[in-house]
Amino acid sequence: MKALKLHELTAHEIRDMLRKREISAIEVIEDTYCRIDSVEDSINSFITLTREKAYEDAKKVEKTIKEGQEPPDLAGIPMAVKDNICTEGIRTTCASGMLADFVPPYSAEVYERLVNDSCITIGKTNMDEFAMGDLGNPCDGSAAAVASGEVCFSLGSDMGGSIRQFAALCGVVGMKPTYGLVSRYGLITSAPSLDQIGPITRDVHDCALVMNCIAGHDSKDSASVRIQAEDYRSALISDVKGFRIGIPKEYFGEGTDNGIKKLILEQIKVLEDLGAHGEEMSLPHSEYAMQAYHIIASAEASSNLARYDGVRYGFRAGQYDNLEDLYVKTRSRGFGAGVKRSIMLGAYVLSSDRYDFYYKKALQIRTLIREDFNRAFEKYDVIITPVTPGVGLDSWKKIEDTISVYMTDVYTAPVNIAGIAAMSVPCGVKDGLPVSMQIIGRPFDEKRILQAAFACEQNSRIGGYQHEI
Amino acid sequence: MKYETVIGLEVHVELLTDTKMFCGCKNEFGGDANTRCCPVCLGFPGALPTLNENAVEFAVKAGLATNCRIAEYSEMARKNYFYPDLPKAFQISQHNLPLCSNGYVDIEVGGITNRIGISRIHIEEDAGKLIHADEADDYSLVDYNRAGVPLIEIVSEPDIHTPEEGRQYMEKLRKILEYLEVSDCRMQEGSLRCDANISLRSPGESKLGAKVEIKNMNSMKALEKALAYEEARQAEVLDKDGKLIQETRRWDEMSGTTISMRGKEHAQDYRYFPEPDLVPIAIDAKRIRNIKSGIPELPYEREKRFIREFGLPAYDSIVLTSSKAIADFYEKCLIEYDNPKAVSNWVMGDFLRIMNDRGLSIKDIIFPPSYLIKLLRLIDSSAISGTAAKQIFEAMFESGKKPEVLVKELGLEQISDEADILELVRKVIKDNPKSVKDYKEGNNKAMDFIIGQAMKASKGRGNPKVISETIKSILDNM
Repeated sequence: MKALKLHELTAHEIRDMLRKREISAIEVIEDTYCRIDSVEDSINSFITLTREKAYEDAKKVEKTIKEGQEPPDLAGIPMAVKDNICTEGIRTTCASGMLADFVPPYSAEVYERLVNDSCITIGKTNMDEFAMGDLGNPCDGSAAAVASGEVCFSLGSDMGGSIRQFAALCGVVGMKPTYGLVSRYGLITSAPSLDQIGPITRDVHDCALVMNCIAGHDSKDSASVRIQAEDYRSALISDVKGFRIGIPKEYFGEGTDNGIKKLILEQIKVLEDLGAHGEEMSLPHSEYAMQAYHIIASAEASSNLARYDGVRYGFRAGQYDNLEDLYVKTRSRGFGAGVKRSIMLGAYVLSSDRYDFYYKKALQIRTLIREDFNRAFEKYDVIITPVTPGVGLDSWKKIEDTISVYMTDVYTAPVNIAGIAAMSVPCGVKDGLPVSMQIIGRPFDEKRILQAAFACEQNSRIGGYQHEI
Repeated sequence: MKYETVIGLEVHVELLTDTKMFCGCKNEFGGDANTRCCPVCLGFPGALPTLNENAVEFAVKAGLATNCRIAEYSEMARKNYFYPDLPKAFQISQHNLPLCSNGYVDIEVGGITNRIGISRIHIEEDAGKLIHADEADDYSLVDYNRAGVPLIEIVSEPDIHTPEEGRQYMEKLRKILEYLEVSDCRMQEGSLRCDANISLRSPGESKLGAKVEIKNMNSMKALEKALAYEEARQAEVLDKDGKLIQETRRWDEMSGTTISMRGKEHAQDYRYFPEPDLVPIAIDAKRIRNIKSGIPELPYEREKRFIREFGLPAYDSIVLTSSKAIADFYEKCLIEYDNPKAVSNWVMGDFLRIMNDRGLSIKDIIFPPSYLIKLLRLIDSSAISGTAAKQIFEAMFESGKKPEVLVKELGLEQISDEADILELVRKVIKDNPKSVKDYKEGNNKAMDFIIGQAMKASKGRGNPKVISETIKSILDNM
């Protein structure tokens, strides 16, 4: 059985084996933890592992299968959940001292949906504190866990590009769905207008399966949109005939590594060979996206993280003289430096005499960027860009100052600002490191994005998921 | 007049929705501490607010009833500040784009009508309540049952110029909101609260003087007293060439004074910005029409109609329409009885007096309006005397029994039988020879005394008309 190397398989492959009774749900979990035990020390993807619960849940799935019932697609599939997504009864820390012992009494809507489909929770994954992009030590266990074979897929969150960038870095598939398509209820975020939960998977097929489970209206999220449920599996056809592809020149400029450009353009050529039409176009306001993004994100963080005051839950400083002292000590000690920097920046841009100059202007830029995309999508079905300007962790390692680390989000953040959907799909290898491209689509047109991604994956010269670590 | 007083009021009203503003928790006063809360109203990580559409509707009702413009597009905003009773460390309120704006209400003071502008009405959530332990203990507790209760804030223009106008404006708002049934408007319980901004300036001066905000006025009377005190205090400072500072002061009911809480330098920057967790509120003309059609007759209209339709004096009409419940009770009485003034006398008189004495509200009245009418009919038919009727009425508040039952139980049937009365009167005349003599010598008042003695002898049950006629005829024939 071990020869099967379950950890190299995709969710849909494991699903088929489970249904054919070639393996048992318990064996899947055993194999999963066996893999974790052998690689976790070097990967460090997890903050919390939920071994006991996973075995219990797997037994239930096994029982269902033995009773001859056809389980849902993701039944028995091992998944990891980013530690900013609330899981009832399971510690949810946001990798912050502030919530180090926080066990939520409720679950995020997406998590509940996956659990209802009998998906097995393997653990909660590591992240930057409050997903705010820690300088010098970027971290995302959700993508690493999938790439290293620790789990089959994971749920990540994408505020300015986390899902897409880390999926690219690790050579796996990641999707940031349209704002409002996937419920945000239970996502502990610092920037609620930008953040979105999405899947990180080993291939495009799995991405469609997870989207099928988590997309759809939730009355607990006021931004959640009521739209007809889609079966994203219908996008899994290798057909892009007539697709009009926009290639924004601002995203292929001097800042982007030439090797990356070349690989992406080659991939577009593959799509063109299949009947798509690529065309250079412009998204003129994207160059202001980074400034707008950081103003909006830090403004929202200064307000959204204010609730961590030591009064009701989470960390509270041990000794304090009065109320103000309680606030100051709790928040000074509970938060890390990056979070505090962001809160200060946010409080500044929202202060009454700076608001018009920074925050209001950022909202205006937001509108312009949205309009750029709206205009573009009148003409193009998808837009293809790089995910990051460089490959691997180099793009972070070279960074010495705060300003340039912000620039790593330059190609992904406009999508969050506009609230539209995008996916990161592997398209090659450069210097032994995976390179991905970003496929951006119309709001709620995840299907077409998946279709383009599937065509790339099927016809790419590099093939799909690379599991070596 | 040496100074012109300029007052603006900010009125907070708790709305009577079933649930809280952004979650499904029950919206009720009281209850054991922290039993009406959930992850949303406690501001737990990852919990999201969803807007209570009923609260929006109630606020629009209030806006329409105060002649406001209703915004087709408005948005919620965050007001950021730290306090333990505020779970998220921001209050979800409205800032640049409130739901209602540019309205007014008319008030009447000394026969003159004044129009008080309403600059805006916006919706927001209430905070929890701090419970301070004994001074010996070094902690405080927080009850979050009230956190997230829907509020509207009604902000007036600085169009109020006397403490009395301030109170009239507040009374007017209370009446309107109570008629709309959007709030129970109980100042004691805090479902209606008011902060005042007051400043003085020389007549003719266009610039406003240093503004003082007064808080903690828990009744209409307290509002008027606090404004009067502050007006006098500021005038005194100005008279002595002193300088007024912009500050916040607290009304202290015990001492009848205002006490400084904090100066302008402690004014906070709330860093308002649009609430990213809630989509903007869009209200189309059709929805506004629907809400409008649900607005009942308002107090002012009803007051005029009572005068017109029932021929009531203005005073009666104002008293009867001061509360929707009283006016409803009054009108139900008139369904079966067409002497509006007689009913008005009873409702305005004994009815309100007994309610006041016993601290009752209309919900506590256990008999239907038709019982009052039965009582009036008993008087009309001379079955009981007016005095007996008052006794029966009191008893109705206690037992809720029909007046005819109470008449028998209390033995209060009126004696109108001429033979019985003749016997009674003869005895009184016999026992009061001096008064008879006085009357005979031309002192008419002596007759009244004899009638009084006869009524007393009948224990109040004698028909006064029959008694007085009988006495007169006997005396005149003596």
